[in-house]
Amino acid sequence: MTLTRTSIFALAAFAATPLTAQQLTLYSGRGETLVAPIIQAFEQETGITVNVRYAGTSELAVLLQEEGDATPADLFWGQDPGALGAVIDQLAALPEDMLGKVPSAYRDNEGRWIATSGRQRVMVVSTERVSDDELPASILDLTDERYQGRVGWAPTNGSFQLHVTAMRHELGEEATREWLEGMIANDPVAFPNNTAIVQGVGDGEADFGLTNNYYLGRFLMSAPDFPARNTTFEDGDIGNLLSVAAIGITAASDQQEEAEQFVEFLLSPQAQQFFASQVNEYPVSHSAILRPDQPAMEALEASAPGIDLNELGDLEGTLELMREVGLL
Amino acid sequence: MIAGAATARRLSTGRLLLLAPALVVGALMLAPLVYLVLRALQADAATILALLARPRTLQLLINTAALTAGVLALTTLIALPLAWITTRTDIGGRQALNLLAVLPLAVPGYVMAYALIGLSGNFGFMNQLFGWTLPRPQGWLGATIALSLYTYPYLYLNLRAALSNLDQTLEESARSLGCTPAQVFRRVTLPHLMPAMMAGWLVIGLYTIGDFGAVALMRYEVFSYALYLAYSAAFDRLYAAWIALILVAIALSVVWWESRLRANAHYARTGSGAGARFRRTELRPVARVAAWSFVALVVLAALGLPIAVLTFWLLRESFVPMLPDLLRAFGQSLSVAVPAAGLAVLMALPVAVLAVRFPSALSTLVNRLAFVGYAIPPLAFALAFVFLALQGARFLYQTHLLLVLVYALAFLALALGPIRAALYQARPSLEESARALGYGPIATFAHVVLPFIRRGVVAGFVLVFVIAMKELPMAFLLAPTGFRPLAIQLFSRTSEGMLIAAAPYAAAIVLFSGLTVGFVLRQEKRLD
Repeated sequence: MTLTRTSIFALAAFAATPLTAQQLTLYSGRGETLVAPIIQAFEQETGITVNVRYAGTSELAVLLQEEGDATPADLFWGQDPGALGAVIDQLAALPEDMLGKVPSAYRDNEGRWIATSGRQRVMVVSTERVSDDELPASILDLTDERYQGRVGWAPTNGSFQLHVTAMRHELGEEATREWLEGMIANDPVAFPNNTAIVQGVGDGEADFGLTNNYYLGRFLMSAPDFPARNTTFEDGDIGNLLSVAAIGITAASDQQEEAEQFVEFLLSPQAQQFFASQVNEYPVSHSAILRPDQPAMEALEASAPGIDLNELGDLEGTLELMREVGLL
Repeated sequence: MIAGAATARRLSTGRLLLLAPALVVGALMLAPLVYLVLRALQADAATILALLARPRTLQLLINTAALTAGVLALTTLIALPLAWITTRTDIGGRQALNLLAVLPLAVPGYVMAYALIGLSGNFGFMNQLFGWTLPRPQGWLGATIALSLYTYPYLYLNLRAALSNLDQTLEESARSLGCTPAQVFRRVTLPHLMPAMMAGWLVIGLYTIGDFGAVALMRYEVFSYALYLAYSAAFDRLYAAWIALILVAIALSVVWWESRLRANAHYARTGSGAGARFRRTELRPVARVAAWSFVALVVLAALGLPIAVLTFWLLRESFVPMLPDLLRAFGQSLSVAVPAAGLAVLMALPVAVLAVRFPSALSTLVNRLAFVGYAIPPLAFALAFVFLALQGARFLYQTHLLLVLVYALAFLALALGPIRAALYQARPSLEESARALGYGPIATFAHVVLPFIRRGVVAGFVLVFVIAMKELPMAFLLAPTGFRPLAIQLFSRTSEGMLIAAAPYAAAIVLFSGLTVGFVLRQEKRLD
């Protein structure tokens, strides 16, 4: 009896306690192992609890579409700007001073998403079967017959499709079609994702692979003798596209201020350094000390083709082109 | 006359008791279909037509058919001999063999695919561990092998339940009437295995039609490719709804075909007298060696390979510091998988009894609807419940309860197969006697039917449990935020290319599923 009464009191007290602890809900397409430490750091610093739903970036994008205004999410953090573009109408504009922290190429024109870290498209090559003089100057050279049957790619992967969009933007529709058709005629090895490409180059299924820069680092961390290395094409080549992971705040969130605090934190020197040294990515808002195996920021900026990610919104056109050439 | 009318009335009470829950299940299955149609109707017709009326669509459909045929053939070649060996022969260690035969179900698909791919290549684990370099499996053959190796247990479990419930007097009669063992098998055993066989084929066929992971790694392009692209590349729910509906149409036509074949067949023994005591064939030395070799080959390929690749990854980094985290994640996985499996079995029972004991147009419809959850691609199924919960039951949204319910509906077909097959072999005359002796419908079911179909029920529970342990897309959308079972933890690592950090989670899924399945099978044996 006493016990029952005590528990009723306890329950009542619990129910009456106002929710002083602030809580944010984050939909994260970025993997837990990579980003959990930086989220914890935010929680310690601000006292705000972040509830994270970890899932695939594209699953979360369609989930947000389905939820609409009813979404419990305050923030959506995706692997690529395309996913944020898919739910752009549901995102709120970020404050001007925050947007000013990253170059305009790495945020939405209307300020609804902002980059948190950069990554580069690279060519991973086998250290066992590729010599330096075989390295092509441009991604366009990969249609050459000496690369026949040796190049791995991932046509269904979002990063690759963004890359094709960039090529259409930079080289035009026809040149991109020719390149794709030339590649297909050259018998490329199709992988389902970037991890499989790097693994495939290590295993000897392909000698070259078109992928993102940070995947190889994961393999090297656990097997330092993994027989592959990252290479870039000559400076300014469209093959060296820079892309970003990006975040946005939902318009439906009633905690805009706390959500902004979180984004601010990701753009802080501490977080930017974390992305550079722990995740093998590039800082976008503050300079950071890079890992010794990463090219310096100056070299990176010189090699990148300098494309505004806002110009790469036409995913639909890319998918159509890829369907026309029989790739999808 | 009067007694007959009373029996009929009692039977109809039983029927009503079954019909109500079965209709609820059927209605719950219809809901996501309605959602898909709703979304599909929002799409622009011309665009959809242009996308679908491509020669490539036909090619993808042909590839899907070829793959399904291949997987059904190979899984039968694996599962039928395996089930016969473990139920009908005196081969030793049946309990352990049974567990080993079922366990490949617990292997996450990507582990199996990496294991097969790791067979080849100079940095593949086979080369690293043993210095072997084998040709890389790919294309139709590679996809057929990969899918067969972890789906054959669906057929195995169905066949095992059927073989151990099959009345052996039938076979003995055939033998005494002069049939050779081969004739007995073809004319008596095989026809009686057909319900179980078809239930297994159905589940494997539907799985194959919907699978994307293994086919992508094996570079074999099938129709599910289109669905994957619509969601993951184009974030296009409307076009995806069309593709999902086409997949459902293909799947339901397979279900329709299966239930037509099943209709009007008679499987239970009808004569008076006791069934024979269970007799196991004594294997002669040569046959024993052959049986063991077969079992060893299957276990090595389906279980040895993935365990080898996991061990290879696990040895690279210590997983001891992760143990508390692993246990917590395992607890979360269990908290969904166990109730989901229980609920699926509870839902399957009335549907199955209705199909077997009270065949009618309505019971056929409900039985076909029961497969909808399994036939709808998981992402589309989950989105439907996101939509439904947000529209009608906000309080359920992203709760544990909703996830359990959705799992139970999605995997109902898995529980239904073995239970229905077991019921086909239960004798209606026994139930009628129980009723005549004054048992009510529920008492009859509990005391007469349930003990007889227990193996089918256990098989159904295990199937749902194991798949719920490794399920991803539905957990992504419907789990409570912050809920991180093993499968989600695993994905968080593999998606970033951290295969080695992912290995302890994959190993935990295989190990804990194995332990749980082992425990369930042990309980089953104790009851024997």
